[in-house]
Amino acid sequence: MRLKKNLALSDSGFVFDPSTGDSFSTNPIGLEIVKMLQTGKDADEIKAQVVKTYLIDEVGFEKDYYDFVNTLTKLKLSDGSPEKKD
Amino acid sequence: MKKLQYERPVIQRLNVGVMNKFGNKTEYSPVKHIEGNTVKSLIEKFGSPLFVISERIIRETFKDANRAFKTRYPRVQFAWSYKTNYLNAICNVFHQEGSWAEVVSGFEYHKALKNGVPGTKIIFNGPDKSEADLKLAIEKNSLIHIDHLDELYLIKELAVEMKKRPRVAIRINMDTGVYPMWDRFGFNYENGQAWDAINKIMLNDKMDLVGLHSHIGTFMLAPSAYGVAAKKLSDLALEIKKKYKKNIQYIDMGGGFASKNTLKGSYLQGIDSTPSFDQFAEAITTSILNAGFVENELPLLILETGRALIDEAGYLLGTVISNKRLSDGRRATIMDFGVNILFTSFWYDHKISPAQEFSRYTEDAVIYGPLCMNIDVIRENVTLPPMKRDDHVIVHTVGAYNMTQWMQFIALRPAVVMIDTQEKVHLIRSRETLASIEGNEIIPRYLEKFKL
Repeated sequence: MRLKKNLALSDSGFVFDPSTGDSFSTNPIGLEIVKMLQTGKDADEIKAQVVKTYLIDEVGFEKDYYDFVNTLTKLKLSDGSPEKKD
Repeated sequence: MKKLQYERPVIQRLNVGVMNKFGNKTEYSPVKHIEGNTVKSLIEKFGSPLFVISERIIRETFKDANRAFKTRYPRVQFAWSYKTNYLNAICNVFHQEGSWAEVVSGFEYHKALKNGVPGTKIIFNGPDKSEADLKLAIEKNSLIHIDHLDELYLIKELAVEMKKRPRVAIRINMDTGVYPMWDRFGFNYENGQAWDAINKIMLNDKMDLVGLHSHIGTFMLAPSAYGVAAKKLSDLALEIKKKYKKNIQYIDMGGGFASKNTLKGSYLQGIDSTPSFDQFAEAITTSILNAGFVENELPLLILETGRALIDEAGYLLGTVISNKRLSDGRRATIMDFGVNILFTSFWYDHKISPAQEFSRYTEDAVIYGPLCMNIDVIRENVTLPPMKRDDHVIVHTVGAYNMTQWMQFIALRPAVVMIDTQEKVHLIRSRETLASIEGNEIIPRYLEKFKL
């Protein structure tokens, strides 16, 4: 998935969608993933980065990742295009 | 480079301007220890789920209740309500504190005797006392609280047959201004049933009417209702004295004091809405003291408090099995304990604390048990930090009724440990095994074998 390009992110985990006026709160790892999605990283790259940084294996992270991405879609933060690197 | 602690990624929409009367977050720090023992070590040693009882909290709570009544009234006696939690180790803590036993079945009566409680200090309540139970109770000179006329007639017959004079009380139900009125137990005060039973006992003279008993309800949040009940029982005792020149030796106010749990649908947390022992004591003792008894004829005040004395001493430790997302987007967390062992989750919103570090981020979640049954819901809606598989939680205030009403349904029942006042852990009930369940089963011979 790709996120809306105009999302505003703060370092404290505050996410603002200027197109709807909605705001969101995410935890540090969520913010990291959102940032990576914004830069166009795909699932494999994100998984590799998280497994490298955090105490979690790939299998453990995978289900949480897809759950998080589905939540982003439900919250209408996706731009609707399939996951693909630019 | 040292890796960072992992937490599941979460994101939530911020609803600015929409007030949440329950607040956003209820847990500010994890509960990693119970009385000096780590949750992790307890689960490693005794398995998960695990009930943990704090002996220190039992004793402190008992002393608080005892103080509340004894500083207001000269003659007070507690009787431990076996049905609330009849694990022998727990009963014996109460007996060491001076509690008699209050039982409601032959099974519980035998349990109390086996624990070493003298028959004269066992109060036998309940509608189902068999002839054998009654014979034993008469033999042991226990206090038999009569629930209905059939029982009254049976005791009368047994008294003649055994050439004994049983010590009895009658259970009285009454309108104390609270709903629902528990009129299924005992004899009604307002419509004259109670007087009818008293007259039958007094005129027949085969039994010794020593007490009057009431138990007005459960999880009572109104101390004033106890004040009304105590007044009505006191008036009755004084009328008996007037009519039959007979001193009633004790007034038994039963149980029903609320614990600090939060009832489902309650606006306030239990800890904010539950009356203290002092409030209950004030209402009850004021009524009795003002009723008009002569000082040296004040009846003994018996209390059968159960829930309020043990609930807070009990914890249930458990483990996350899985997280999933429901069709409406809500988070669902499946725990390894369900309504089979946490029966009280049907009527309480139990407080649940994570047992490991977590961040300030939270999610609304439904907490399910492990049973393959739709009813197995521990909390319909709770705000908790993200937890992952194998994380541990503590459910608070579970000491009352769960270890007696638990079901061997789908899963085996867990172990129970007690942490003593020196913070040492004692196993007081082992985890069940297949053998403990199948021990009473018998397979007819022709069903022993089959071919598939």
